[in-house]
Amino acid sequence: MQKRTEKTAKLVFLVFGLIAVISVLAITFYMFVKGAPAFLEVGALRLLFGTSWKPTAENPSYGILFIILSSIVGTAAAVLIGVPIGVLSAVFLTDFTDGSKLGRRISQLLYAAVELLAAIPSVIYGLIGMLVLCPAIYRLEKMIFAGSDTHQFTGGSNLLSAVLVLAVMILPTVTNISVSSIRAVPVSLRSASLALGASKLQTIFRVVLPAAKSGIMTGVVLGIGRALGEAMAINMVAGGAVNIPLPFHSVRFLTTQLVSEMSYSSGLHRRVLFSVGLVLYVFIVIINLLLTRLRKGEKSHEQ
Amino acid sequence: MSNKKIRFSELLLGALIVLSGALLMLLLVTILVFVVIRGIGSVNLSFLTSVTSARKGTVGIAGNIVNTILIIVLTMLFVIPVGVGAAVFLNEYAKPGKLVSCIEFATEVLSGIPSIIFGLFGMLFFGETLGLGYSILTGSLTLILMVLPLVIRNTQEALKTVPDGYRHGAIGLGAGKWYMIRTILIPSAMPGILTGAILSIGRIVGESAALLFTAGSAKLLPKGLFGIFSKIFQSGGTLTIQLYLSATSEGDFDTAFGIAFVLLLIVFGINLITKLLTRRFDATKKK
Repeated sequence: MQKRTEKTAKLVFLVFGLIAVISVLAITFYMFVKGAPAFLEVGALRLLFGTSWKPTAENPSYGILFIILSSIVGTAAAVLIGVPIGVLSAVFLTDFTDGSKLGRRISQLLYAAVELLAAIPSVIYGLIGMLVLCPAIYRLEKMIFAGSDTHQFTGGSNLLSAVLVLAVMILPTVTNISVSSIRAVPVSLRSASLALGASKLQTIFRVVLPAAKSGIMTGVVLGIGRALGEAMAINMVAGGAVNIPLPFHSVRFLTTQLVSEMSYSSGLHRRVLFSVGLVLYVFIVIINLLLTRLRKGEKSHEQ
Repeated sequence: MSNKKIRFSELLLGALIVLSGALLMLLLVTILVFVVIRGIGSVNLSFLTSVTSARKGTVGIAGNIVNTILIIVLTMLFVIPVGVGAAVFLNEYAKPGKLVSCIEFATEVLSGIPSIIFGLFGMLFFGETLGLGYSILTGSLTLILMVLPLVIRNTQEALKTVPDGYRHGAIGLGAGKWYMIRTILIPSAMPGILTGAILSIGRIVGESAALLFTAGSAKLLPKGLFGIFSKIFQSGGTLTIQLYLSATSEGDFDTAFGIAFVLLLIVFGINLITKLLTRRFDATKKK
């Protein structure tokens, strides 16, 4: 009797353990099965490298090159802005505030702020972006393009706004992971550097940060993943026209393409949207593989 | 001369570091202040207990609150047993090898998939293939996949801190493995399981992209007990979905900020609870 219960328990636990694997396989399977047909129907090259997106026109064209480029450019720019600020904040948290009691207080407060920023739902970032950031960007846009007749004004909803929102959204991830990897650097390294006469900042930038490099890289890659996959917040601030990704252009990302057109699409248009999902999924898988390699490197480094 | 140069660059770097920290703080404060100032005026009893209706002239989010709670309860009902079970399997049954690394890799991949992809998959598989359509159930099933890694990982961490002596002691006294897991391991790992559960609730409350195509956006209140049961199979928008719709297609920023205020309260409350829990967890670990 007991033996049978034991066996059942083991089997049930095994099944529960396999659900994660089955889910990943099912998601991958569905993404390919649903995303592939449009590649054949439209033609892979015309789909991936076409620049005209007119899904509802009489003679529809489905080119998603600008959408892919917007995602790449937007993510890269957000990472370029967000990562330095995140890493420097991490340095502030770990090395600028120890010692005095006040310093520890500030450090605790800032760390709590990072955690809260990470917990804020993305629609709230989008909402604040719409009402605080976009008007400011619009003022900047009016200043820059004051005399231009060719510029299409975006009212502040453009790539630049989206990049800034994304940069803010990846900050907590980058800061958090940088903090833990900086804290993991042995004290002896710091002490040795300081004892050799290096200043505090020299120690941080020449010794501590290089030693924490692989951990910080993990944070960067996680940030890339988060920026690439973010949908709702940037859908609220990016404008939404399919366009060349320039700062003051209204743009579409892979994610926002799905959010804004899925509800009313049908037929080939809908299948092309699944292909957009597939492209996004392939990007994410590549980033995940990169992440696994980085983490493995970190582990072997520790040993 | 060169000494001066070094000092100048040091000063600049130091200033940049302090500025970055200050910017982070400023960002949080700006968001908080803006949401509180614009949102607090919309939030009152009728906002929380009624449904927006032009006929009655009321503005409220009661329907969205009910939908959010329903989705949380349904998701938790599934994901806690499955997640805890998976962690128990990984920690107590499986021997290190291909199967374990396969499951752990899958868990990692799952936690890296963006919510919009979950939404797409949920819509296609649960909504269309299984025929559940836009419903609270479709949304919940989708979210299970999304928060599963959180539950598995936190439970695993907790199980790792249970001393081996407990296991040997129980087995040595003649307890079966399943009995030992049920009466010793799970209770000892409870703080970790709870942390995972609460973090998952936080993720669900803030989630929007995965729900837009799965749970839909209906905001009416279900009527009576039967209404709540049948609501599971009907479309229902959560707070975040309503915020998104209010801010974009409906252009009703008062409601949007009211919801934002409520969401921030919930999310920060959850953050506080997790902090207290982990603190207790750490305290017991040190013993």
